[in-house]
Amino acid sequence: MMNSTRCAACKYLRRRCSPDCIFSPYFPPNNPQRFLEVHRIYGASNVAKMLEKAPVNQRAEAANSIHYEAHCRIKDPVYGCAGIITLLNQQINDAQCELAKIQAEIAALNGHHADILPPYQQITDASSFANYPVEGDGAFPATHDPSFPQFYLNS
Amino acid sequence: MGGHSPCASCKLLRRRCTKDCPFAPYFPADDPHKFAIVHKVFGASNISKMLQELPVHQRADAVSSLVYEANARVRDPVYGCVGAISYLQNQVSELQMQLAVAQAEIFCIQMQQDPMAMPTPQFDDDDEESFLLQHNLPQCLNFASSSSDVIQESFKKESPFGRDMVS
Repeated sequence: MMNSTRCAACKYLRRRCSPDCIFSPYFPPNNPQRFLEVHRIYGASNVAKMLEKAPVNQRAEAANSIHYEAHCRIKDPVYGCAGIITLLNQQINDAQCELAKIQAEIAALNGHHADILPPYQQITDASSFANYPVEGDGAFPATHDPSFPQFYLNS
Repeated sequence: MGGHSPCASCKLLRRRCTKDCPFAPYFPADDPHKFAIVHKVFGASNISKMLQELPVHQRADAVSSLVYEANARVRDPVYGCVGAISYLQNQVSELQMQLAVAQAEIFCIQMQQDPMAMPTPQFDDDDEESFLLQHNLPQCLNFASSSSDVIQESFKKESPFGRDMVS
């Protein structure tokens, strides 16, 4: 007899939802779209593998981030989340330039040309990412990550 | 002796690499790790589907971004590259705050130095909006949505994390 409260994944996959189904805590039946999106990009078995890799107490966050990435990829099939990272990097660069300009202006107005306030600290090494919630070595400085591809996005 | 050497994907999948192999232009044989990582995270058939849905001139960029995301997910199984987004959004928030403070400081200095001039304060609307948006942050990843244009355009009236938080 089919479990009448199957999770969204098991409903979609038309299978029995077992009590230890890895999907069911994170893909409730009242939100079928959520599973549809992750399944479309990753496939059910890859999602299950990714969830299994995450510590149990962080699987909800993992499921959320997997869905977020899938959703980004569906909305932007070319760049996905990488497009958002590129735009954020651009915003940061622009804001840093603007801030440096204003700080120089402040220094000039105060008549302390030699005492220009230090500009916003550039993120140049992984140790700057102390508060960044990351597993493993934490070496993921997207701003100056040499492995981040160079994209030229159309606005 | 004819035929070309198989691309990285056909090597890994142990199949014949045909002349019109969809992976060959993007997964050369001399970089087997590139295909291995996207195959591990997305799966070959999903990659193939995604590429085939795109115009040819955009496929190289798509592959680059997929490789990036796959590497990020392997490095960080919990947050993937979404962690980087969260971090960068916090940076943008901080910078916007610093800009607002600096702009206020200039205004004050100008007021003190030339009270008669009374320039109009140039406060960016986005700075104020960024603070108002703080309380709409999705709960689970502490997204600082002050980079409102970037994130809000992607999720116009949605909050995937806010609504979909299941624990």
